[in-house]
Amino acid sequence: MGDWMTVTDPGLSSESKTISQYTSETKMSPSSLYSQQVLCSSIPLSKNVHSYFSAFCTEENIEQSISYLDQELTTFGFPSLYEESKGKETKRGLNIVAVLNCMNELLVLQRKNLLAQENVETQNLKLGSDMDHLQNCYAKLKEQLETSRREMIGLQERDRQLQCKNRNLHQLLKNEKDEVQKLQNIIASRATQYNHDMKRKEREYNKLKERLHQLVMNKKDKKIAMEVLNYVGRADGKRGSWRTGKTEARNEDEMYKILLNDYEYRQKQILMENAELKKVLQQMKKEMISLLSPQKQKPRERADDSTGTVISDIEEDAGELSRESIWDLSCETVREQLTNSIRKQWRILKSHVEKLDNQVSKVHLEGFNDEDVISRQDHEQETEKLELEIQQCKEMIKTQQQLLQQQLATACDDDTTSLLRDCYLLEEKERLKEEWSLFKEQKKNFEKERRSFTEAAIRLGLERKAFEEERASWLKQQFLNMTTFDHQNSENVKLFSAFSGSSDRDTPTLHSRSRQKKPHGVPSGSPVCMSKLTKSLPASPSTSDFCQTRSCASEHSSSINVLNITTEETKPNQVGRECTNQKWSMSSRPGSQEGCYSGCSLAYTNSHVEKDDLP
Amino acid sequence: MNFSELFKLSSLLCKFSPDGKYLASCVQYRLVVRDANTLQILQLYTCLDQIQHLEWSADSLFILCALYKRGLVQVWSLEQPEWHCKIDEGSAGLVASCWSPDGRHILNTTEFHLRITVWSLCTKSVSYIKYPKACQQGITFTRDGRYLALAERRDCRDYVSIFVCSDWQLLRHFDTDTQDLAGIEWAPNGCVLAVWDSCLEYKVLLYSLDGRLLSAFCAYEWSLGIKSVAWSPSSQFLAIGSYDGKVRILNHVTWKMITEFGHPATVNNPKIVVYKEAEKSPPLGHLACPPPRVAAGPLTSSESKYEIASMPVSLQTLKPAADRANPRIGIGALAFSPDNYFLATRNDSVPNAVWIWDIRKLRPLAVLEQLCTVRAFQWGPQQPRLAICTGGSKVYLWSPAGCVSVQVPGEGDFQVLSLCWHPSGDSLALLSKDHFCLCFLEMEESMRMAFGQRGDCT
Repeated sequence: MGDWMTVTDPGLSSESKTISQYTSETKMSPSSLYSQQVLCSSIPLSKNVHSYFSAFCTEENIEQSISYLDQELTTFGFPSLYEESKGKETKRGLNIVAVLNCMNELLVLQRKNLLAQENVETQNLKLGSDMDHLQNCYAKLKEQLETSRREMIGLQERDRQLQCKNRNLHQLLKNEKDEVQKLQNIIASRATQYNHDMKRKEREYNKLKERLHQLVMNKKDKKIAMEVLNYVGRADGKRGSWRTGKTEARNEDEMYKILLNDYEYRQKQILMENAELKKVLQQMKKEMISLLSPQKQKPRERADDSTGTVISDIEEDAGELSRESIWDLSCETVREQLTNSIRKQWRILKSHVEKLDNQVSKVHLEGFNDEDVISRQDHEQETEKLELEIQQCKEMIKTQQQLLQQQLATACDDDTTSLLRDCYLLEEKERLKEEWSLFKEQKKNFEKERRSFTEAAIRLGLERKAFEEERASWLKQQFLNMTTFDHQNSENVKLFSAFSGSSDRDTPTLHSRSRQKKPHGVPSGSPVCMSKLTKSLPASPSTSDFCQTRSCASEHSSSINVLNITTEETKPNQVGRECTNQKWSMSSRPGSQEGCYSGCSLAYTNSHVEKDDLP
Repeated sequence: MNFSELFKLSSLLCKFSPDGKYLASCVQYRLVVRDANTLQILQLYTCLDQIQHLEWSADSLFILCALYKRGLVQVWSLEQPEWHCKIDEGSAGLVASCWSPDGRHILNTTEFHLRITVWSLCTKSVSYIKYPKACQQGITFTRDGRYLALAERRDCRDYVSIFVCSDWQLLRHFDTDTQDLAGIEWAPNGCVLAVWDSCLEYKVLLYSLDGRLLSAFCAYEWSLGIKSVAWSPSSQFLAIGSYDGKVRILNHVTWKMITEFGHPATVNNPKIVVYKEAEKSPPLGHLACPPPRVAAGPLTSSESKYEIASMPVSLQTLKPAADRANPRIGIGALAFSPDNYFLATRNDSVPNAVWIWDIRKLRPLAVLEQLCTVRAFQWGPQQPRLAICTGGSKVYLWSPAGCVSVQVPGEGDFQVLSLCWHPSGDSLALLSKDHFCLCFLEMEESMRMAFGQRGDCT
């Protein structure tokens, strides 16, 4: 990366330089050859001028040159170089004062010209750049125009196609319509044909039937008979009656009775329904009145038009209530009254609701004064607060990650990660502090006991047991209190920073070292024990003693140095790290991605480093 | 849920008496009457030939057995087993026979619909009604049994005659504005007669008892029309199923359409519950040694259950053959529940599904998609319970609470082709081609003890 940069950098810069030079030249060259000449001639200074002048004027041609200059100057409007001639024949002498004045004037003029020229040049430059810019703009616009033109053409083409399609579809539709019409006609004609045929056939069929009827029925078919053991009584127990005109009339009567009954039943039902609806209407009206009238009194806005009607309605209603019985008559006037008053009320209610709506919208527009808006403010505040919290959490997570990274870089010890995991719990804050103090004490002890290795080893065994028990309880509580992560966070960080930033910075590396050392010391047949240790707090005093010096030596060395001790070592570490990462992503939503990412990258770098350093 | 043992049956003839006390079933030429509760044989009658039609009289005293092949009707009395009656239609032949609602007259339709003979069991009198129309549903009695409406065809025109059943006097006779009348049906209150045209034209006419035309309804033209019609038990609604796969519901006040129920092949409405019958695969542990009964009947014994399908559900549709008569499209069956609250329909192009509609809210409620074609469904007479059979060995029950699939126990193949409810709604007769059994839905413990029949089934 750096190499490439360094290689390319000068090239780039030189290129740009050349470009700038080139551009400046190109800008200069067309602007004015004259100015350049002047510049060339004026800035290189005297020698050239001298030679020029010497070439112009020599000893021999002073007179001529003076007269020439005089002529030239007079034509340019300068006073003559010669003295005022007293006589015609006398040769005019050179007026030194005039010459000097002239020269001075010329010099002033020259300076002015130079200034003007400079101005013009800068202006020219400006204009040139403007021109460039405009040209660029022009080119861009031209491009745009071109593209838009192309677009337009495309759109036109599409439009044309669509129109074409539309026309086709219209044509198709028309065809279809025609087809439908035709088919309908065909169907109609077929139907009539079919009906006609059917009728013909049916007539034939009827004829045949009639004939069959005659043949079958009129032959006095002996077989057609009923054999009954004995006749049964009628179901109603009555005797059969003769058919007379009377029975016919009775039947009619009965039929009409049935019909009448049905109609009466239906009428009753409808009446009931009507009564129900009326009741509902009345109730609605009452409720409307009771709803509207107090509101009218409070905001005296629409006093002029609505209250009058309301009052009248109330009066009306009172009147109606007094003649409640009229409702049952369902006479037209009453009905009209009711519906009218309901309609009126409804209109009032509607307008009221509309007004309320308007008010609400107005309030929304004005904003910030109403309770509603205040609540919104609250809301915003709340969201702000929450965002802040999220930010904090993110930061915490970041710091944690950094710490973790550091830790990983230094040692990748699972003890601390497990500690990290464990110390999410609010309930364990106290205990952890206790633990810490204990550790510090222990550390002092270690300092003392550094020389007595064997004793410390014994203590390690004892303590390990104790910690295992504690760990079991922690884990239990951790499961119970998975959710209390956020509250714990700040504490967590504090702890951590204290841990890593304190004077005994060697502790993490120390412990990790001890843990790394462990598999070497202890026969490899006890992986369970080791894993347990990884989850427990960083303890193991005696072993840490054992390798204290080494860790101290490599304390500030690069992370790679620490990492590439053994491959067997890093693998479980990685697993543990992944676990923690996962846990983070689970417990803290906002920082999860980052956590994952960093975790991945970490894993990657680690593996990379391993690969590099293993051979 | 308990099941009785299997009894022999022929021609799917098995009927409960209207009072619910007896169960009549036919085995070839024998008529067996059983106690509906104990299933003990009470009477056994022997007819002259294979029985083709069986009908109880309304008072549950007589049973009519029609032997169409011989043109004979035999009537048996339950009270007097020795009493018998035989009606011979002779050379005129017989195609249909039915009781009049008073249970003392028998209406026989001769071949070619030449006439209807009304035989009385009380007197020797015989009445004839000429020109009955040969159609899907040409005879209908009012529910109170007072009136008979009969579709007639004379001179290429359709007529309806209304008779007073007590003395068979013609009360009204009017022509209907139909091309080819296909069916008539009284409203349950007996005051309105619905008349509908053949499938070639969508037309429903509603006549008052006195012959006035109340209203006519036509949903569309130039396409196959009405396939099925049903009145709601309250006479409030008339549901019309048509070949366009829709059910239209008319109201009884204005006789206009209230709503229209479509039967889309894809159900996308989240308010509809789609119960999908799914074959229950036997648990893996039992696969190695299936029970012997399963081995005996491989088709029948696979259990099934309902699963609630997630939206959208596409139902299995049948592509109708356009060039054949009677295409399998349209609403072929529809029935209101006895409490008016539900309507069950079947679209013939979706033969596996039964739609259930909520009539109070006028919207679809549930769709039951079976694994096989729905053969028949019937509402329980007391509660809104729908029993469905698909020709398999299962019976399916739907109620607003849900639905169940019940395996009929028994050896071999018991294909439920049809079913009928006991009037109390407590039991259900399941009919197969040559057997039937009873399914008891609710039975007290004591009854079961006395009964001592076969075991439970889940």
